[in-house]
Amino acid sequence: MGEKMLMKGNEAIGEAAIRAGCRYYFGYPITPQSELTAYMAKKLLKMKDAAFVQAESEIAAINMVYGAASTGVRVMTSSSSPGISLKQEGISYIACSEVPCVVVNMQRGGPGLGDIQPSQADYFQAVKGGGHGDYHLIVLAPSSVQELVDLTMDAFDLADKYTNPAMILGDGLIGQMMEAVEFKERPKVELPDKSGWTLTGCKGREHRYVVSFDLDPNILEKWNLKINEKYKKLKEKEVRYEAVNLENADLVIVAYGTVARIAKTTIQMAKKEGFNIGLIRPITLFPFPEKIIANTAGKTKKFLTVEMSLGQMVEDVKLAVNGKAEVNFYGRAGGIIPSPEEILKEAKKYL
Amino acid sequence: MKKVFGRPESLTEVPFTYCPGCHHGIAHRLVAEVLDEFKVRENTIGVCPVGCSVFAYLFFNVDMICAAHGRAPATATGIKRVKPDSIVFTYQGDGDLASIGTAEIVHAANRGENITVIFINNAIYGMTGGQMAPTTLVGQVTQTSPYGRDPKTMGYPIRMAEMLSTLKRAAYISRVALNKPANIIKAKKSIKKAFQVQLDKKGFSMVEILSTCPTNWGLSPIEASKWLEENMIPYYPLGEFRTPEEVA
Repeated sequence: MGEKMLMKGNEAIGEAAIRAGCRYYFGYPITPQSELTAYMAKKLLKMKDAAFVQAESEIAAINMVYGAASTGVRVMTSSSSPGISLKQEGISYIACSEVPCVVVNMQRGGPGLGDIQPSQADYFQAVKGGGHGDYHLIVLAPSSVQELVDLTMDAFDLADKYTNPAMILGDGLIGQMMEAVEFKERPKVELPDKSGWTLTGCKGREHRYVVSFDLDPNILEKWNLKINEKYKKLKEKEVRYEAVNLENADLVIVAYGTVARIAKTTIQMAKKEGFNIGLIRPITLFPFPEKIIANTAGKTKKFLTVEMSLGQMVEDVKLAVNGKAEVNFYGRAGGIIPSPEEILKEAKKYL
Repeated sequence: MKKVFGRPESLTEVPFTYCPGCHHGIAHRLVAEVLDEFKVRENTIGVCPVGCSVFAYLFFNVDMICAAHGRAPATATGIKRVKPDSIVFTYQGDGDLASIGTAEIVHAANRGENITVIFINNAIYGMTGGQMAPTTLVGQVTQTSPYGRDPKTMGYPIRMAEMLSTLKRAAYISRVALNKPANIIKAKKSIKKAFQVQLDKKGFSMVEILSTCPTNWGLSPIEASKWLEENMIPYYPLGEFRTPEEVA
């Protein structure tokens, strides 16, 4: 058994990262994730062989991450929606250079400066690449503070395993709420040796470099294909989801993160009224749990995707369902959190 | 027989891609000679920019990373914070350092990051084909200042060395030129001093190097060196602007 603590989501991420061996953090304050930056400052500034830098901008922070990651250490940055937009160029470079790192996005309402209330409107940006070029992040979507802890630790392992940036896609709600968390003993994971690519100084070997470009299109295409192989492997091996009450469900809700948690209450309320509603909660948004959705579409004829956006993940749900069932959508925007009652009211339209 | 001249070990055998008369090659060589003389080649990580010297990772026989445009000081910060005992340098042009990367260079200097910055100021964007740089001189004709740089709408050329010298944690700041042997000798001394400051962990060091771009200036190499002497040096005075003694 690990120790149990009452922690705020944002601080729990910081503690999880440190316990996962992350000793380097570069960030810039932004609501609603600033507690994470402050937590890393408090801890890392007192640790040996560690660094915390409050960067001059989110752009600088992600490029500091790039430098640190290229030496092979575990490194993290975090922000919220507008700040994550600023990091996109750097994330694209990191993905192309194939160096691991963890980026946390505690989403807030957008577009533009938006507001500071919880949102899921950065789904497209997170799962479809975000920056320029053909690439993906490994995207993990926690729905409790405990899961924030577990997935943060997993994110470092996955990033190392696939030498690819991993993103924790949360929202302002999960970052701000307090829950009991347990820091469990983790099974030892076999991870690839980094010594073949890290920048350490070229003592005893040829000099090497970390770059994200090649002007020869033939080489760059091969490079893209090589990176794409990793995404195929991710889709085969790393898909995670939670399935609730799918047997004989009259309607299946697809929702992630905070919204999935609200939907669970909806399911309980529906049961009392005699309706059988199921839930598929993607835990990995990339790779997306296509198979379970496709398989469920063979049995249930009605889906309802619920998001704190005006319809982003629903596109991936439709692709997975591939016309085999009806896919409906309900979303709130601008930082509004849907209530269990309003989701039930929406669900009843299709029951 | 005693060998009196050879290729520095800190340069690879890869031929430079620079135009005839361009000073990048001299600057590369001077940095490489200094790394050799300090015997730090195997403990050095270089950060190259976006611009003509984007291929510097092929030329320097040290571990290298290619940063995003303007972000080299941030990337170098990330490396140096992990490896404080490594020698970390950036190599940046004037578009990179003085335009898109102004925030990064100012704050790396202000934090006193213990890195060395080699800043090539040739008063123009080279790789993209000769557009106006923040360092382009008043009246200078470029693709994007086709009627000459007009300070009323385009501002005056930025003197980065002087600007950064106002920062307390900037330990060593100098400006040198490579247009004649006497200046090259001084430039080498200055580059050596900058790396010495880093070896002594005294903080941020930068050498601004006035360089030619014959291709985009539309001049022959000899005319370009003369143009640098007559136009750039009067506006960009050579010398040391900040030395370690001044560091608090």
